[in-house]
Amino acid sequence: MFEKIWQDHLVRSSQGDTSLIYIDLHLVHEVTSPQAFAALRENKRAVRCPQKTVATMDHNVSTRTKDITKADAISRTQMDTLSKNCQEFGVKLYDFADEDQGIVHVIGPEQGLTQPGMTIVCGDSHTATHGAFGSLAFGIGTSEVEHVLATQTLQSNPPKTMLINIDGKLGKKVTSKDIILYIIGQIGTAGGTGYVIEYAGSAIQDLSMEARMTICNMSIEAGARAGMIAPDDVTFSYIQGRDFAPKGPDWEKAVAYWKTLPSDKGAKFDKVINIKAEDIKPMVTWGTSPGQVTSVDGVVPDPESMKDAVARTAAKNALAYMDLQPGTKITDIKIDKVFIGSCTNGRIEDLRAAAQIVIGRRVAPGVTAIVVPGSGRVRLQAEREGLDRIFTNAGFEWRFAGCSMCLGMNDDQLKKGERCASTSNRNFEGRQGPGGRTHLMSPEMAAVAALEGKITDIRKYATI
Amino acid sequence: MQPFKTHTGVAAPLNRVNVDTDAIIPKQFLKKIERTGFGKHLFHEWRYSDYEGTAENPDFILNQPTYRKATVLLARDNFGCGSSREHAPWALGDFGFRLIIAPSFADIFYNNCMKNGILLARLKSKEIDEIFDFVGKNKGAVISADLPAQTVTAGRKVYKFQIDAFNKECLLKGLDGIGWTLQFEDKITAYENKIKAEHPWLNR
Repeated sequence: MFEKIWQDHLVRSSQGDTSLIYIDLHLVHEVTSPQAFAALRENKRAVRCPQKTVATMDHNVSTRTKDITKADAISRTQMDTLSKNCQEFGVKLYDFADEDQGIVHVIGPEQGLTQPGMTIVCGDSHTATHGAFGSLAFGIGTSEVEHVLATQTLQSNPPKTMLINIDGKLGKKVTSKDIILYIIGQIGTAGGTGYVIEYAGSAIQDLSMEARMTICNMSIEAGARAGMIAPDDVTFSYIQGRDFAPKGPDWEKAVAYWKTLPSDKGAKFDKVINIKAEDIKPMVTWGTSPGQVTSVDGVVPDPESMKDAVARTAAKNALAYMDLQPGTKITDIKIDKVFIGSCTNGRIEDLRAAAQIVIGRRVAPGVTAIVVPGSGRVRLQAEREGLDRIFTNAGFEWRFAGCSMCLGMNDDQLKKGERCASTSNRNFEGRQGPGGRTHLMSPEMAAVAALEGKITDIRKYATI
Repeated sequence: MQPFKTHTGVAAPLNRVNVDTDAIIPKQFLKKIERTGFGKHLFHEWRYSDYEGTAENPDFILNQPTYRKATVLLARDNFGCGSSREHAPWALGDFGFRLIIAPSFADIFYNNCMKNGILLARLKSKEIDEIFDFVGKNKGAVISADLPAQTVTAGRKVYKFQIDAFNKECLLKGLDGIGWTLQFEDKITAYENKIKAEHPWLNR
């Protein structure tokens, strides 16, 4: 599948230098774009295809209010700069006040902008999310953002390909978040470096689009350039009817093309990994790298038992930062905060799953729990379904859309020493706030942690 | 972009795996709209013992007198992982680093450094262990890189590294990538015309 998309986008093949590939969709946000637009201006260059460029504000926005004047002065400058740039260069912008504003990787798919067979880039490493539709989607730096704005192409040579097959049936309450955390635990955070990963197998085919996006989203945490899943009827029915989806005769043509994309039988990959779905349990990270992960029924590992000296040092550093002792049961870890949201798990299905757990219950005393929908549309849909009231009745805060506490660029941050059950994607030191401690898990696991005040095995929790 | 041909400088050893770009430059410093001035926030949370960055952490390697002016960084596996922020190479470059040596780098970070005139030299893990050993025993020792020859020299040892021909050429000449691509503008236009006919639904 990668090969087919690559070949279909080759503007120029490498002649011992670099290939040029065409970019169908360029997503832009306020943090990684200002320097790119400024450089265009300096060099008197235009945006080559404004119609293939879509911008939103997500990293800096407040999730407490839609009032931009409440944002800090520097955040505001960055957001104002994006507005001015989009106006000057003719780029469509979903700004902070727009009903459809949201996390760039949530709004692309929900607007129907993301389609199979496309090449999609964004100055954001979680662009891999869009690969769930059978597109080639990856994060780029600001210099490359400038390059795509100016030329609608990217200089790139083909990465290696990896196939990860997950066959079988997932256990009760095991989600796609657990699949990807399990994979990262197996191959390591650099296991995918230099590769594009294709996820396949019956357990993947059984997943909804939202769940597929969660897996592809965290491909970057396995080090991979991109993650992708073959498009099928689940993909097509998700796209059909959305704002920017092909319409009329174009729809038929598009679907016919999309059906040619999946990897052919016997397609060759540089690496193949096989995983049994039954082996995967609900997963929780214990350290400061997503690869430092174990199942919820496990314990915090003992660094002394690790053979590799570098891994041992890393684990020691992580345990010191996380203030955890080797041998502690994961389910004995108490938490202070809960964050449900992000481009990994801020979609409607994630909120439904969490709400199912929360309904009729209360957040544990002393725990602050926030739910941040991935987009304005997700928020609206959730409110239509009454999910907001389920959360607020239980003591959760119900917020506006944005990246929020996934990286704490706005005022949603952990304080020093606070411990968070989070549905986001990175447990790096300081990621959710300086000195904050992050445990990554699925939305249902985060929801039950909020109710119990500690990490809890969702499988043993009395469910409705 | 500043061209890179050769470089010799004091090498600071950063003995940690998976150093992510959040650690290289934390999010609170990503709000500037310029490319300059990030150096003082490099490795902020390790380098300073307070949030404001007024009190240095004396244990952190770059705060030790020997390494304050280091221009070569010796690192471990998966350096630069995580966020795609180009602020990471901007901060490293602004601090003064021109050369980073490690067993592996994250893909996006690698590309970002290439666009900013910072050479990343990938060596084998064993060789990296050797160099850590060398700088451990010879504090403040310099390490050199020769891009045309694709070598890194530490003491008497010379190590060979791989780099693809295009990145090498761009670094040597300090080439503007956009200028290079625009010489193929006719090919881009031809591609756009072809795709308009074949995949009409992509013409938003």
